[in-house]
Amino acid sequence: MNRFFTQRRDRLLTYQAMREGKITSTRRAPCPRCGEESSALDWSRSRQVCPRCGYHSPIGAYYRLSMILDPGSFQELEEKLEPADPLGFPGYAEKLSGLEEETGLRDAAVAAVGRVQEQKAVFVVLDSRFLMGSMGTVVGEKVARAAEYADRHKLPLVTFAASGGARMQEGIFSLMQMAKTAAVITRFQARGGLYVSCFTHPTTGGVTASFASLGDIMLAEPGALIGFAGPRVIEQTIGEKLPEGFQRAEYLLDHGFLDQIVPRDRWRAVLGQLLALHEREGWHL
Amino acid sequence: MSKHTPEEKVKIARNPGRPGTADFIDALFTDFFEQRGDRQCREDGSILGGIARFHGRAVTVLGHRKGKNLEENLHCNFGMPGPEGYRKAQRLMRQAEKFSRPIITFVDTPGAYPGKEAEERGQGEAIAQCLALMSSLTVPVIAVITGEGGSGGALALAVANRVLMLEHAVYSVLSPEGFASILWKDASRSGEACSVMKLTAQDLRRGGIVQGVLKEPEGGAHTDWEAVFRTVDAALKKELAALSKLKGPALAQQRYQMFRAMGQNLSPAGREEP
Repeated sequence: MNRFFTQRRDRLLTYQAMREGKITSTRRAPCPRCGEESSALDWSRSRQVCPRCGYHSPIGAYYRLSMILDPGSFQELEEKLEPADPLGFPGYAEKLSGLEEETGLRDAAVAAVGRVQEQKAVFVVLDSRFLMGSMGTVVGEKVARAAEYADRHKLPLVTFAASGGARMQEGIFSLMQMAKTAAVITRFQARGGLYVSCFTHPTTGGVTASFASLGDIMLAEPGALIGFAGPRVIEQTIGEKLPEGFQRAEYLLDHGFLDQIVPRDRWRAVLGQLLALHEREGWHL
Repeated sequence: MSKHTPEEKVKIARNPGRPGTADFIDALFTDFFEQRGDRQCREDGSILGGIARFHGRAVTVLGHRKGKNLEENLHCNFGMPGPEGYRKAQRLMRQAEKFSRPIITFVDTPGAYPGKEAEERGQGEAIAQCLALMSSLTVPVIAVITGEGGSGGALALAVANRVLMLEHAVYSVLSPEGFASILWKDASRSGEACSVMKLTAQDLRRGGIVQGVLKEPEGGAHTDWEAVFRTVDAALKKELAALSKLKGPALAQQRYQMFRAMGQNLSPAGREEP
């Protein structure tokens, strides 16, 4: 790959990552969990993990990719996919363009091909700043196309989920993305593809109930809320308060739904190890 | 085709007098042998299923069960399955695959149960596995949405070669109440939600989400069960005959492509290869 393009892509990634990580800001910000203030510099040094209590705060998709991928290896896939408004839902189009301006994203997912410790893989990362990372047709289509790309090129697939579930504004078309992503991932896996699914805070609803729960390997960040129904809905349904730690990554690990919990600064090492362990003839890492 | 508003249709779809999965099984099938349990920890009454004959042919039939009176409602958890229900469904569908039996499902649920134990035992995983399994089956699968098709809990039994819908049934990403409370923080605006959600059989047929709309008697399915049974029986017979002409891999491929295409045409930009 031409060095000029490599550098240009890296600059773009760094720009997006800075924008998301607020690396340049000098203000102090309180932790949403423990309430303790830390300087923006400390937050960024710890990759947006609270330096006091270890709370893993949600981060943007490009920022996450920038800290996982080998420098110069990032190539975005399907970046031109744009959301549609199949229901003609009042106010949705304006909301989308406002969010694009605010986040630089066209929808709630970024797909890319890149390398982790020299090993090539396809990534889909959801971004909770964009309508809670909800899955509409673009998120579903990106997951599907990423899995198809991985299948064609015999590469592993890694997803990072962060999602409130199906995108309400796209109605039934969002629901169908659950069936679509599950179908494409299942086919990819049946043909020998490795799928690593990583949950980040928070992931609920239709994303938990589709592709994100189908990983050959299932991982999560510490403290991530992971569930089908959200805690408020459950509390309303059963009429009682949920215990501390309910639906958190540690709880899911105890109940057998995760392989491991991976702190943010360990993703590169863990993914690198997993990809290396799956190196096989005919599959390019 | 219909003079009812979407909001009225939601009411008709939820009418407890409509025939449910148990009624359809009684009326349309013979030799029903019920299969219970997920073989892991529990029997979930909200999913009813087993082996039966449909016009002489052995099939696997299953669906959501709401129950007809309070006692039954409680036993069936008002048609809201937990993970055990979806795992039972998977067990039945795997057997159908093994013994080359077509699968017929009846969909009628407000949604999967949002409870504590359901989460503890992996509600999301159970639904995801249903979707994954159904997407790759090599037997004919026909789903009939008979009442409420609520959210992922309904979709989990509706990844079919043909998805049919009764005329006044509804199928949506979430209940109108849930939709209104998420988007407008006000569940009382559910009527407004009904009209923007495009949840009627007619809208869904136009959107390519369902492949057939089955006519109901004047006023709704609850007014004349026999008429509904005749319509559903004829439709199932026709679809099953058509699907039976396809070989296993072609059935899997047809279903795969149908769901793969959903929402694809909405995304304007084409494929790219870096």
